Amino acid sequence: MSDILTLLDDPSAEAERLAAAGRLGTPVGVRLNGGLEAHAQPGRVAEGLAALAEARAAAAVLLPAGLFGAEVGSLLAWRLDSGVITDVIQLDPDLTATKPVMAGTSLTRARVAGGVAIFTVRATAGGAGDGDADAAATAATAAAAEVVELPAAAPRPGEDRIQVTSVTGRTASGARPDLADANIIVSAGRGTGGDLTAVEELADALGAAVAASRAAVDAGWVDSSLQVGQTGKTVSPRLYVAAGISGAIQHQAGMRGAELIVAVNEDPDAPIFEIADLGIVGDLGEVLPAAAAAVRSRA
Amino acid sequence: MRIIVPVKYVPDIEAGYEFDQAGRLDRGGDGLLSQLDEYPLEQARRLAEQTGAEVVALTVGPDEADEAVRRALQMGADRGVHVSDEAIAGSDASATALVLAAAISHLGGADLILCGAGSADATTSLIPVQLAARLQIPALTGAASLTVQDGVVSVRRDEDAGSLTLAAALPALVSVDDKAGEPAYPSAKAVMLARKKPIDLLELADLGVDAAAVGAAAAKVTVVGIEPVPPRAGGQVLDAESDDVVAAFVELLQANALI
Repeated sequence: MSDILTLLDDPSAEAERLAAAGRLGTPVGVRLNGGLEAHAQPGRVAEGLAALAEARAAAAVLLPAGLFGAEVGSLLAWRLDSGVITDVIQLDPDLTATKPVMAGTSLTRARVAGGVAIFTVRATAGGAGDGDADAAATAATAAAAEVVELPAAAPRPGEDRIQVTSVTGRTASGARPDLADANIIVSAGRGTGGDLTAVEELADALGAAVAASRAAVDAGWVDSSLQVGQTGKTVSPRLYVAAGISGAIQHQAGMRGAELIVAVNEDPDAPIFEIADLGIVGDLGEVLPAAAAAVRSRA
Repeated sequence: MRIIVPVKYVPDIEAGYEFDQAGRLDRGGDGLLSQLDEYPLEQARRLAEQTGAEVVALTVGPDEADEAVRRALQMGADRGVHVSDEAIAGSDASATALVLAAAISHLGGADLILCGAGSADATTSLIPVQLAARLQIPALTGAASLTVQDGVVSVRRDEDAGSLTLAAALPALVSVDDKAGEPAYPSAKAVMLARKKPIDLLELADLGVDAAAVGAAAAKVTVVGIEPVPPRAGGQVLDAESDDVVAAFVELLQANALI
């Protein structure tokens, strides 16, 4: 089996990334050190990966979905005269990739034509389910996989002139689950008016994560790392509760993969009601706390 | 100072769109300027106000892409450049970056290239960094804010793990995300003035780009299938005034083993 290189830049996702590579060939983790600052020079990362891919005659390189992964992929594809497919949600053993396009309204299946196949892959992609057996298999693949350091390389011409003038770490948001892992997400929109009390109350009653629409993030009510939509996160929880979110197509791009959608909105004409399994026209400041109380009384 | 803003003409997703048998998007249907390109245009307009910079909107695409350039002119660009050539159809991101780089060199270069964070159709975000690499200039990407002072551009980039502030001396490329300032809606006067602004048409031969290096035949990614995601069917909509919405919510949670 050929080597499948997978870039590891997030310790919490390493096992899944190695397991995803293991479903395609011999997984080889490539650990990126240097923290956030390394993201400022994707050319340096691409060059290190190119050297490794050539030395090991790798069949494919897997990168994390998102801007940094896309940039490394773009430069790596150019360097290796190959192609890159971004934002992959499913990767078959024959390296056919499935990805959403057109704000999530269509899915394309595509292949890299010749050369080292390069993909940026969403953390939730792959064939594994979330049962105990799959979790054990993921852990076993990850434990057995070879992990190497990214070879040192020079930045690309021009990139060497980028100065990192400050780095500010973000502390985790606390007790609530991550958007990526959450079974239930309660999401706040413009209709909250900036008061997140009701959203947080329902989220905590359900053990859910809190997310937000772009409008709520732009207004400064919610941190941008919690934004769901075309320019934020794509989530696929079992239940997504949209609170005061009208549901523009750009927002739907990030949450239409939820198993169930509940929408609470004062505007009966909000587009979110067209895709909600349960729509509630009403004041979220009253509906959400009442729902939270009902959930708590059953716990 | 000269600012070049590469812009993309994309299908109007909400109006519907079609793919041909080869899985390529029909780029002749209803379309518009990619919404995410409005943010770099807005930053360009503000910088031009401060510095008197010339703003050039550049597009690569079919005849209809003219509309995206026209919109950019309404939003403050001084002139447009439209690279159109039959050989370009079906190009992948690398080939598009090649054509953009050649066009920018043909125009005599730029002090600042401002890109959007991604296109509204494929949203790959592959082009800005490769365009900068081909021009051998720095790429400061994902900018949530942007300033230019004394020939140095500084940006703030927000990621899940934190924020970075990056700086580089011009010339440089910056991709601007939708956290940067909201675009101003063009005034009636701006729309009228835009009609008189020039749009230059260029073909590959003008740029010295070999037609064999672009287009579907040179693409390194092959689409093998495409299908629409079935639309979600809406369920019941209740009114909190008259219905027991809490009971309905709890019933849904129980039916799906969520509590």
